[in-house]
Amino acid sequence: MSEFISPRNLASSLEARAKHPEYVPIAGGTDHMVASKDRGAPAGMINLFGLSELSEVSELEGGGLRIGACVTYARVLDDERVASRFPVLSSACREVGASQIQARGTLGGNIATSSPVGDSLPALLALGATICVASVDGERRIPYEEFLLGYRKVDLAGNELIVAIEVPVQHKGAVQTWRKVGTRRAQSISKLTMAAVAHLDDGKIAGIRIALGAVADRTVRAKAAEAALLGQSPNDESATRAIKALAGEIVPIDDVRSNADYRLGVAQNLVRRFVLSL
Amino acid sequence: MNIDVTINGESRTIETEGHRRLLDVLREELGLVGTKEGCGEGECGACTVLLNGEPVNSCLVPVGQLQGASLTTIEGMAGSESLHIIQDTLIRYGGAQCGICTPGVALCAKWALEKEPDASKERLRELLAGNICRCTGYQAIVDAIVAAQESAPETSLKDAKEPGDE
Ligand SMILES: Cc1cc2nc3c(=O)[nH]c(=O)nc-3n(C[C@H](O)[C@H](O)[C@H](O)COP(=O)(O)OP(=O)(O)OC[C@H]3O[C@@H](n4cnc5c(N)ncnc54)[C@H](O)[C@@H]3O)c2cc1C
Repeated sequence: MSEFISPRNLASSLEARAKHPEYVPIAGGTDHMVASKDRGAPAGMINLFGLSELSEVSELEGGGLRIGACVTYARVLDDERVASRFPVLSSACREVGASQIQARGTLGGNIATSSPVGDSLPALLALGATICVASVDGERRIPYEEFLLGYRKVDLAGNELIVAIEVPVQHKGAVQTWRKVGTRRAQSISKLTMAAVAHLDDGKIAGIRIALGAVADRTVRAKAAEAALLGQSPNDESATRAIKALAGEIVPIDDVRSNADYRLGVAQNLVRRFVLSL
Repeated sequence: MNIDVTINGESRTIETEGHRRLLDVLREELGLVGTKEGCGEGECGACTVLLNGEPVNSCLVPVGQLQGASLTTIEGMAGSESLHIIQDTLIRYGGAQCGICTPGVALCAKWALEKEPDASKERLRELLAGNICRCTGYQAIVDAIVAAQESAPETSLKDAKEPGDE
């Protein structure tokens, strides 16, 4: 008999998680139900979907937003605060799956699965998000970059749940860009994604975060390219230096050589265009 | 477990294991075989139902998640006397051929027109992009939905029997 637990609140979810580490926490099910299709009944499930503490978007001091782990893509898209403060995140969510996936899929599920092509991930990385996790022993807050450990691997212990994502306020006037390269249709898996956020001060790039999806085993920041741009004016010259730096730091995921080259080429074009748009 | 749910306006209690796919429970336990299985992986939208008013792939929902929810399947879309306007236009415009995608298309279109009554044709295509059809080439489906949109005063789009109407 496979048990299905529907905790009433976060505290009892965490207790259930501690008591039954072999049970699957389930949010929208859009990753898990596909992955487990032919695997028979699970030991048990802990249902998180709709839990009010995990389904809200709330204000953080200073203008950031705290987005519950079980907030769906559809809810993100309906939220005008997200659209106006973090357009890079709205844009990423708009291109996830189709209506049915958006109605059910959650940010927490996207982050927990941590596929290298997960669409919200580069946006959250470029926004400098913090992941909030909890267990019966308490809460931890981890900068998203450190939370990503490897291929589909995140810094989440067996008794923990992702509770929320905190997105800090961005610099006023920051440019936020999202690009998904794929067969630009619904349900398409990204070939490459870029989320980038930057702002200028006195004509020079004073802050920049570039995150890329599908160029490595996990979503990554293009740190060398960022470093090449910081303090520079956005122009052809600095863009060229940045994309050279990029070639030295990313290792596209495909082992088919030409495919890796293609991906690098696309990533370079996207970064160049972003720099020239500043 | 016992799951209390309102299906097509009727309160029911389902006794089953919570991890089972909603799709299987509808078809095997409740005899609601209007919901079709296509790919079983959320790609095709054939098994779309409206869960608390939103379109979901019933192949991806563990039925335990329905506790306290309200559900509309294709069986609940028509009124007792007449078809829903979208069902009617799908028939008249040739938007249904083999019929496997049709229940999902009809329900998703109902949701789309209620959510965005003024949606452009392009936008409607986007909202229905998760419903794959291998017969019609989509043109007839989109024409049917646009016809429903044009002929329907906003309220009649909501004609379908909704949970709580009793
Ligand atoms: C047809 C289709 C199209 C898709 N298209 C896209 C796309 O374009 N872009 C994209 O990025 N993804 C896409 N996906 C993948 C999927 O929809 C997303 O990754 C989604 O965000 C997963 O969220 P969920 O709530 O459904 O996760 P679930 O399936 O419920 O959970 C996924 C995993 O995360 C764990 N988990 C969930 N929530 C938590 C939590 N709060 N704490 C700890 N662990 C948790 C679960 O145990 C499970 O292992 C698609 C999937 C399908 C089926």
